[in-house]
Amino acid sequence: MATKTKAKPIGSMQMTKQMYQQQASKYQPKRNVMLNCFRAFWVGGTICLLGQALQNMYIHFFGFTEKTASNPTVATLIFISVLLTGLGIYDNIGQYAGAGSAVPVTGFANSIASAAIEHRSEGFVLGVGGNMFKLAGSVIVFGVVAAFLAGIIKSVLKMIF
Amino acid sequence: MEYVIAFAVGGLICVIGQLLLDVGKLTPAHVMSTLVVSGVVLDFFGIYDKLIDFAGAGATVPITSFGHSLYHGAISEAQTHGLIGVVTGIFEVTSAGISAAIAFGFLASLVFKPKG
Repeated sequence: MATKTKAKPIGSMQMTKQMYQQQASKYQPKRNVMLNCFRAFWVGGTICLLGQALQNMYIHFFGFTEKTASNPTVATLIFISVLLTGLGIYDNIGQYAGAGSAVPVTGFANSIASAAIEHRSEGFVLGVGGNMFKLAGSVIVFGVVAAFLAGIIKSVLKMIF
Repeated sequence: MEYVIAFAVGGLICVIGQLLLDVGKLTPAHVMSTLVVSGVVLDFFGIYDKLIDFAGAGATVPITSFGHSLYHGAISEAQTHGLIGVVTGIFEVTSAGISAAIAFGFLASLVFKPKG
């Protein structure tokens, strides 16, 4: 046993990066792209279907117009998602659905809530407050920067022409 | 029919995300950022509004609509207040989503304990 464990690090030292990746890829689970896409499709579609149902409910029973109804719809979906995250259910859905549960706005809420819950032990200010946007932060940053640049370009173009 | 279209379009956007994950080998954070930026770009060219008219919640629920809303807030304020409106209006439409996520997320950390 002792000689075997000794031999290993020497072998891996000589390995190049490419060789290592070749070796490692043998042991990585193969991604079944078709199956993953199918799962993402139906779970993501179902979340959007739920959103549509909520939106129609807000339009018909609470007097929202088609434009204003999306705010309460998104807020409701976020509430449901945070609740499911706290109960540990959303992570199971995420394991199954991949992007199907990550891409809808519920995934955005999930990333905020799970980071908040996970870092609670580090305290409310440094833990919850500081880590809440650890995952969702990049979405907000890139969204805002892109919208800012596009907005400036559009406004300037309008002024010129 | 409205529900079928919402299901199909929403599902297809998620499939694009899944393909970026599996075939493009991007991390989830990269995928989300890419989708948000593409929402902004599509709206810049006026395509995303048409998609929302067509698909309803199928287009407003995926994260791409977050980019669309950011851009829309910026543009509508810019029309009334000039260039400064781009900065003041950017969170106008998305406020509901961000505020709800922060508030509910914080409350959840009070109530729930981490699992696994």
